[in-house]
Amino acid sequence: MKKLFTIGWKDLLLALRDRAALILMFVAPLALTLGLGLVTGRFSGQDNNGLRDIPVVLVNQDDGQLGIALVNVFTSPEVGTLVKPISDTDAAVARKRVDDDKVAAAVIIPAGYSASVIPAANLANGIPSGDKKIEIYVNPAQPVSAGVIRTIVDEFIARVQVGRVSGLIVITQLIENGLLKPADATVYAQGLTDRLDAPTQSTITVRSISDTGTPPPTFDVLSVLAPGMALLFLMYTVTRGGATLLTERDNGTLARMLISPTGAAQIIGGKVIGIFLTAVVQVAVLIIGSGLLFNLHWGDPIGVVALVLAVAASATGWGMVIAAIARTPAIVGSLGAAAMLMFGVLGGSFGDNFPLPDWLLTVGKITPNAWGIKGFARLAAGGTFADVAPNVIALCIMGVALFAISVWLFRRNGFIKQ
Amino acid sequence: MSDILEVHNLAKSYGDFKAVKGITFGIADGEIFSLLGPNGAGKTTTISMLSTLFAPTSGDASIGGHSVTQDPMAVRRIIGVVPQDLALYEDLTGRENLTFWGNMYGLGGAALKARVSEVLEQVGLTDKGNQRVKTYSGGMKRRVNIGVGLLHKPRLLFMDEPTVGIDPQSRRAILDTVKDLNRQGMSVLYTTHYMEEAQELSHRIGIIDHGELIALGSLQELTRSIGELETLRLHVAEDAEAARLAAALQSLPGVTRVDTTDHQAVLMTPDAEEVLPAAVSKANEISIKIRSIDIEEPNLEAVFLNLTGRALRD
Repeated sequence: MKKLFTIGWKDLLLALRDRAALILMFVAPLALTLGLGLVTGRFSGQDNNGLRDIPVVLVNQDDGQLGIALVNVFTSPEVGTLVKPISDTDAAVARKRVDDDKVAAAVIIPAGYSASVIPAANLANGIPSGDKKIEIYVNPAQPVSAGVIRTIVDEFIARVQVGRVSGLIVITQLIENGLLKPADATVYAQGLTDRLDAPTQSTITVRSISDTGTPPPTFDVLSVLAPGMALLFLMYTVTRGGATLLTERDNGTLARMLISPTGAAQIIGGKVIGIFLTAVVQVAVLIIGSGLLFNLHWGDPIGVVALVLAVAASATGWGMVIAAIARTPAIVGSLGAAAMLMFGVLGGSFGDNFPLPDWLLTVGKITPNAWGIKGFARLAAGGTFADVAPNVIALCIMGVALFAISVWLFRRNGFIKQ
Repeated sequence: MSDILEVHNLAKSYGDFKAVKGITFGIADGEIFSLLGPNGAGKTTTISMLSTLFAPTSGDASIGGHSVTQDPMAVRRIIGVVPQDLALYEDLTGRENLTFWGNMYGLGGAALKARVSEVLEQVGLTDKGNQRVKTYSGGMKRRVNIGVGLLHKPRLLFMDEPTVGIDPQSRRAILDTVKDLNRQGMSVLYTTHYMEEAQELSHRIGIIDHGELIALGSLQELTRSIGELETLRLHVAEDAEAARLAAALQSLPGVTRVDTTDHQAVLMTPDAEEVLPAAVSKANEISIKIRSIDIEEPNLEAVFLNLTGRALRD
């Protein structure tokens, strides 16, 4: 175990002594975050979120409570001046407003949305299908603003889904245990649903924590952009780390390790630890740096630490896979640069990636960027570790799976022979 | 004296190419053994197999009683390796490099710290230990490269052409270090294509060419094997003249063998001074101007030439 950390520590030390690497690991992401912050008006001095009065048109065709609840979210005090909603009844007119660049997005709640989600409405006919979808018609000319609208709706939908599933489980269990008569299920479920519409349950990313005496966090565009840039350049760091494995082969230091009393598994393990440590240091420095330089609030420290470790693990997996695929450090560099940009686009490092087709958004879930950026944004909006636990788990699974793939590839191409 | 290394029919092939063709030799405890041969002779491949980096295609070797094929980890603990190419981290200091490699050999704590200082002193870099390796001269890097191989006090040290491409002063320092290590009881397997190094350092020498061990013995034994022949080198302007001169000298009395190499006609003879006047007069006869003349005592170059018909540097 000691040898693993010795190799890992050596790699971290070498990374921190590489001036070119330092620029790409630390200076470039902070500079780009600053630049994007300036572009979005984050540093204009009016407030610290860089965005306000985002025009959005709401079309509520639903006759149930969830439609009303979502409209209430957009007009709630928590959202404050972030959005400026207007209502319409015609979806086509709303879309036209978006096409004419009058609003950043149109949120269209279809008729029967509540009925398709809430057990109370159709439990007698079995489990509700959930087939009605809220449509967000976005303006590609206002990607950041439209991204905020999408985030609000996503958060609402996520909470509705959690409520729906847990409600179904509770009612089913109560009926099975004889604690609730099937005939009373509808009334009981209605009670659960009513709570969704209660004013205190307003579900948006901007959450009030005024009961603690501290002012509620407002939406900060940098809470998306800063992790976006950090994760973009994290891919550079991990591919650089992967390349060192091939550099060591070319420089003879790998052979020298192999003829010392050190096993091949220890060497690979040590290299993985080196990449992981470097990735953690990079993201940690960027978080601390952006906090100090831009007064950016990253949120719950436990959640942030967990997410940093998970993001570093998954990115390390990618670094190892790229090194295993490539034959030379130069090829790793080229593949790494391509992966960095593709992951950046697919994972949302350059702002929200919603203008992409759905299938590309699905593909984007293989990137650490997608899970990481959403997780950091949620924490910055007041979320806790529990809120980002699914992201942490997904990233860890990704890291383990990629590491296993890289080991298989290294064995297959005979990189290390004992 | 017991053998620290015993090599039996060790062979390595890459497809149809046989890099090492079943060599057998041994190294006694406390011995410096040189493997002498031109580039591409199979020296580095032999060391790579003995140091457990490559598995042999056939044959085996035992080091300190441990088979290199069956028990490589035990072998690695008792050998030190100084590779031909520098295997160091240029952005680490000399001290950091030694500390890292010491850890790889299982050293640690205060003992490692003390040993690193000791090795830095041994290779003459105590005052430069805290500078990054990339600031070192070629000779200094070579010395750190050697230092890494010494950290864990190996019983047998493999040194693969450690003096290639360095200045004479560093070369002298390295040769002195090897002798010093041997005086302290370390056995050394030293590969080189420099005849003088093998002559100066070795208790015994193996001559390797095209993957085969073609001669083995002490310097005296090897030179005696070719009849204590001296070498007479006649330097001329071009290779064509050397060839004409060699042809003319073939029949000269007292000449055992004539070869050509690098603008030279090379004569092997029991008494070079006796043959010299006749050789010069023969050159005059065929109008070839001799630019310079060398007479060499019986040496490994002559042995190699006698065995292969080629000079070591060819």
